[in-house]
Amino acid sequence: MSSSNLILAWILILAAFPAAGQWGGQLRLALRNDPRTFDPLLVDDSAGETIRYLTGGVLVRLNRVTQKLEPELAKIWKISNGGRRLTLDLRENIVFSDGTPFTADDVAFTIRRMMDPSLHSPTGDSFRSSAGSVSVSIPKRNSVVIDFPAPVASLERLLDQVVIQSAKAPQERAVLGPFRIADHRPGQFVELRRNPNYWKKNSNGRRLPYLDSVRLDILGNKDTEMLRFSRGELHIMEGLDADSYDRLRNKQGITALNAGATTDVEMFWFNQAGKAPINAAKRSWFQSRQFRQAVSLAINREDMIRLVYRGYAKQASGPVPSSSVWFNRKLQRTRYNSQQALRLLNSAGFQLRDSRLYDKQGNAVAFSLITNAGNKTRLRLASLIQDDLKKIGIDVNITTLDFPSLLERTGKTLDYDACLLGLVNVDPDPNAQMNVWLSSAVNHQWNPAQKVPATEWEAEIDKLMRVQASAATHQIRKQAFDRVQEIVAQESPFIYLVNRDALGALTPALRNISPASLRPHFYWNIEHLSLNAGEKGTHVAAATVR
Amino acid sequence: MRILRRFAIGFLLVVSLSSVAPQIFTPSSYDTQHRRQPNEAPGPTFLLGTDDLGRDRFARLLYGARTSLLLAPAAALLATAIAAIAGVVAASITELQRPLFYAVDVIISTPLLFLLLVVRALLPLDTSAIISVSILFALLGLLGWASGVRLFAAATQRLADSDFTIQAQASGCPPSRLILMQFLPGLIPTMFAQFCVFVPGFVMAEANLSMLGLGVSEPLPSLGNLMSDLLNYSAVLEQPWLLAPAILLFGITGSLHLLVPKVD
Repeated sequence: MSSSNLILAWILILAAFPAAGQWGGQLRLALRNDPRTFDPLLVDDSAGETIRYLTGGVLVRLNRVTQKLEPELAKIWKISNGGRRLTLDLRENIVFSDGTPFTADDVAFTIRRMMDPSLHSPTGDSFRSSAGSVSVSIPKRNSVVIDFPAPVASLERLLDQVVIQSAKAPQERAVLGPFRIADHRPGQFVELRRNPNYWKKNSNGRRLPYLDSVRLDILGNKDTEMLRFSRGELHIMEGLDADSYDRLRNKQGITALNAGATTDVEMFWFNQAGKAPINAAKRSWFQSRQFRQAVSLAINREDMIRLVYRGYAKQASGPVPSSSVWFNRKLQRTRYNSQQALRLLNSAGFQLRDSRLYDKQGNAVAFSLITNAGNKTRLRLASLIQDDLKKIGIDVNITTLDFPSLLERTGKTLDYDACLLGLVNVDPDPNAQMNVWLSSAVNHQWNPAQKVPATEWEAEIDKLMRVQASAATHQIRKQAFDRVQEIVAQESPFIYLVNRDALGALTPALRNISPASLRPHFYWNIEHLSLNAGEKGTHVAAATVR
Repeated sequence: MRILRRFAIGFLLVVSLSSVAPQIFTPSSYDTQHRRQPNEAPGPTFLLGTDDLGRDRFARLLYGARTSLLLAPAAALLATAIAAIAGVVAASITELQRPLFYAVDVIISTPLLFLLLVVRALLPLDTSAIISVSILFALLGLLGWASGVRLFAAATQRLADSDFTIQAQASGCPPSRLILMQFLPGLIPTMFAQFCVFVPGFVMAEANLSMLGLGVSEPLPSLGNLMSDLLNYSAVLEQPWLLAPAILLFGITGSLHLLVPKVD
């Protein structure tokens, strides 16, 4: 084990048994933009999610390190009636930040409000597996029963996003989380102060959190955030790119952390939609399995990891990272082999002449690859793809578009050839990807919103995803999702490239940090974090989870 | 001042020569990826080192300057011509002056960036990088002329009020001949001055678009997309040679401004 691994192992051991921290202090973080709303049920942006995470009390929390569910406001939960019924036993003697008691009425109020169609709650959308109303009942004190019209996949995991609101004064922003919103200056900062009534206590029986407050500065620019962090004006920086991470690793007084491969995956896909306004020759290439497989083989992912991510990424072999329990261990990594790619293309009728690839009809093979403007990492990936495919005679034209134009093309007009983007997986559970795999889904990027599956393999994926969503046991779900991964590897509708590592930096004065590959990577256990006021920031550590 | 102007002319000649025939100065291509030599420091093989993908920064600088320096003057020529015609028309035909100036104000107050974004989004995706950048500069020329119209209108008005124009009119010189033979030659110094102002403006406009990732497409370099490395200030402190495209752009714009003649 390398010294850096030893350091991280030590950090993880310390985090597993949180030591009594120093009380007080203000933690300073950055937000990329102002939260669009403070209503936890209407949050649909990352800034809003951060505020919701730090202030909201939830029934069940997903431990970002173990990826297991842990009881919070609900002591016990039970799913019955084939995934349609959720029964919750609530903790007692808990009060909101305004001093009013937490009861089953608050849970019922929150669920009813969330499922109210007129609210258009993005959080509620995850629970809508079919038409029909949700009923909430309180059979006894501190117990709530929620009945859904149809089974909801991974019902209990979805509760991690549901912040319980006060039925007595929903507009007063009374919270059950570790912090409450104290001040907000649009465009400047959001300040959170300790919830004096927070229910969790440390080993000495004193109410958490250790910190007095959290200040989140609105910094629209990553470089400004880096500057402020370097000056010591911020305590944590998440989402570092490889260059910045390497630079900070060598700086005194900063702890650079690598929390391991994230569930986010960079990938590209060809437009296979039958109704897409692209020429017939291109459509036939893109719908050819051998063509897609050959393109995948011709891409050198190792170079991507080395040159673009400086080693801080893992090769992606499928929709979930190899570190996930859902990963199919039988999947083979795609190894760069341009000669094999050419053999595959020859078998499909393509021919390489004068360094250009031609199809059976004599059309020179060329396509445009779109990606979002302003993402330097993605542009570098596109350049490598362009150069790799040139070696097998394919001409790639890279076009960067502003995000709304890109979404217009990939989701509505379907006027594009291939697209390079990243898929953000908040939850590694396969159910979180239902909106991608179902052929009827709008986010089924290579051929969205199909009325009937266009291919047999897509029909099989539809069936398997529904099986895993309603299966009672993990084993059945795993078998079904393993098969989905095999089909995807075989058919290559998505050409998976890399899972980037979660890189971040923090001040050594922070205690009880427990880095996680899931978001938020470094402050998911915010109630246990503390700032050591006497720390001068003299040690440097670079740690890695591999 | 004269020495400075001579130096500026010399500098622009050297930059133009290296841009028109970059292969004289570097054997490398701008898009060759030396994947085993990424992020190299400047040395005998790579005069300005290599970028993340192992591409020769010096070659990219020369080819990038070519993109910017060939197309920006073309766009400036277009914009100057449109502005001159509009200015002359505004000064000569009084009925058209008010609506023309109103149109100019509308164009000036329109956010150019959004117009460019929309046009770029509407371009066919298989448009090659060279055609795409040519269209970008053509758009800059077609949309960037408005700021010069009032200058040309004022200069034309001054010419129209001059003694020789009054004498020509008294001698029965028709307006078309007056414009072609008197006004246009009289406007040449103003046109040159405006051209010299437009060129760095368009280079900078392309640079701004490229910094946003919406300018010249990969792998074609331009001064703008080369300068996007400067967004990471700490990298610049460690690798000062990243400043080369900014220094070159500064030199080019500074030299062009030195060449702007005085308009009396």
